Amino acid sequence: MTGPPRHVVARPRTRLGEVHDQTPLGDLYLRSLLREQFGLAARTLAAVALALGTLPLLFLLAPDLAEREIAGIGLAWILLGGVAYPFLLLLGWRYVRRVERNERVFVDLVLSGRGERQDPEDEG
Amino acid sequence: MSGAQVSALAVVLVSLVTLGIGTWGLRFSRTTSDFFVASRTVRPRLNASAIGGEYLSAASFLGIAGLLLVGGAEMLWYPVGWTAGYLVLLVLVAAPLRRSGAYTLPDFAEVRLGSRGVRAACSLLVVAVGWLYLLPQFEGAGLTLAAAIGAPQWVGPLVVGAVVLANVSSGGMRSITFVQAFQYWLKLTAILLPAVVLVIVWWGDGHPSPGTAVPGGWSSPVADGGGIGLYTTYSLIMALFLGTMGLPHVVVRFYTNPDGRAARRTTVVVLALLGLFYLWPPVYAGLGRVYGDRLVAEGRSNVLVLELPRVMMDGLPGELLTALVTAGAFAAFLSTSSGLAIAVSGVITQDVTGRLVGERRRGGVTAFRLAAVVAVAVPLLAALALENVGIARSVGLAFAVAASTFCPLLVLGIWWRGLTTPGALAGLAAGGAGAGGAAVLAIAGVEGSGWSGALLDQPAAWSVPLAFATMAVVSRLTADRAPAHARRFLVRLHTPESLELDLS
Repeated sequence: MTGPPRHVVARPRTRLGEVHDQTPLGDLYLRSLLREQFGLAARTLAAVALALGTLPLLFLLAPDLAEREIAGIGLAWILLGGVAYPFLLLLGWRYVRRVERNERVFVDLVLSGRGERQDPEDEG
Repeated sequence: MSGAQVSALAVVLVSLVTLGIGTWGLRFSRTTSDFFVASRTVRPRLNASAIGGEYLSAASFLGIAGLLLVGGAEMLWYPVGWTAGYLVLLVLVAAPLRRSGAYTLPDFAEVRLGSRGVRAACSLLVVAVGWLYLLPQFEGAGLTLAAAIGAPQWVGPLVVGAVVLANVSSGGMRSITFVQAFQYWLKLTAILLPAVVLVIVWWGDGHPSPGTAVPGGWSSPVADGGGIGLYTTYSLIMALFLGTMGLPHVVVRFYTNPDGRAARRTTVVVLALLGLFYLWPPVYAGLGRVYGDRLVAEGRSNVLVLELPRVMMDGLPGELLTALVTAGAFAAFLSTSSGLAIAVSGVITQDVTGRLVGERRRGGVTAFRLAAVVAVAVPLLAALALENVGIARSVGLAFAVAASTFCPLLVLGIWWRGLTTPGALAGLAAGGAGAGGAAVLAIAGVEGSGWSGALLDQPAAWSVPLAFATMAVVSRLTADRAPAHARRFLVRLHTPESLELDLS
């Protein structure tokens, strides 16, 4: 059983107010949004680094790869001259879908009325 | 009518249409806000075409095909890097930058850190990077007119300079948006249509294979020379992937989006438009291996795109296609130079001429025009005075400087509340001195050999980490000087607009 709230807030506060006014709860919201968005960005960049960034090393370690041809065109030319662009576009498109979903979740959370307000002393 | 006349006519037409659209756009330009950011009402698709038009420069239109012909697959990193740079920009910078509400990079630095000092440093860097990037545009214009109509080298830079100045100072950002969007589609047509025709001609020729003179390593995406080659390739990748977000003309475009969400969507369309364009330069390089031996032997591979139609087709069809690629190349110089001129004059207006003329509304436009003259004249004179540095090389150096200065400032400023004024200044100084020093040496004609040459020629792999580390370490050491409003500012950068609307 929970007791009645110890603080009576005179003016109704939205969670947005908390985000703006540096309360510990608002801090928590922002931290989690930042972490979420940065994680998404980092994962997207990691995919680029893994798919494209490893190519020079790969071709240096396995020079035979350069001799491979598909329909008379060298493998490196196919990968970097053609496949790379739809790949980058796909990553960008997926990123925008996910980042907008994260933002919707954040907006819903913040606007879902006054939550149980925590005591400022509880968190640091 | 001779071939040179057809091409000359094409250049005149492009210039006139550019001026015409610029003047038409003038009807919409009324306020200083129109001048700088088109009053922030440009929709994603139009804006994406404009960004594509502005971004595809002389290096993309002319430089790449020639580099690919001579250097082979390792040069594919240029177009891939220029496209991937937008993905990096999308995930790290696009929406927060737009939400910051600042006009230019120096504005962003000032609101983020609340420091006039950082602002001044950024203004200097914007002008430096802008001029470093304008130089090869003027250089390319000289090359193009020399190759297409046999004009002396100085004619091209003067024509481009004059048209850009007329356009920029008459209509500002709003009219330039229409011009740039038009020029993207012109450039795409001008590179795609001849490529398709030439492939058909090649097929009709019995699709001959490349001659025996195949340069070594043509099919490997890593530079020769073992460890040094690997360093060079990775350094180039780093400069291109991270430099895009720091180019002044790219960044200023993001302020013309209505909001952060539109900024992201614009960027995705840009990824598509750039990919569509960059599919074609390799086709010219491939055909150049079959038909372009003479160009390579004469050391004129940098005009491959312009010469190939003439080399492969006799008579009028060849001349018409040459005229089309000449028009496309000219559009490339005009649009990129306009974008850079706008960005550089925007900064000069706010920090120099604006003070001289006064802050009034009409005074603002006068100050902008004054600044535009300075922004165009300095690199124009430099292009006329200096020996050719090489289009792709100086563009590469501009990217290295941008990646070593604005990239750390933007990334740390947007994602880390611990950034302080001394940290930002130290990082900008370290990255700017490192990459900028290498660029100055390159323009002065200094060339090293072995590792020292590679480190100077491609500084990004050491100058970017150096700038990031300096910025972070000095910020940590001066943590007590972190701006008090940093947290509030980060909230604003990362809060979706729908919330702001609800709040007000």
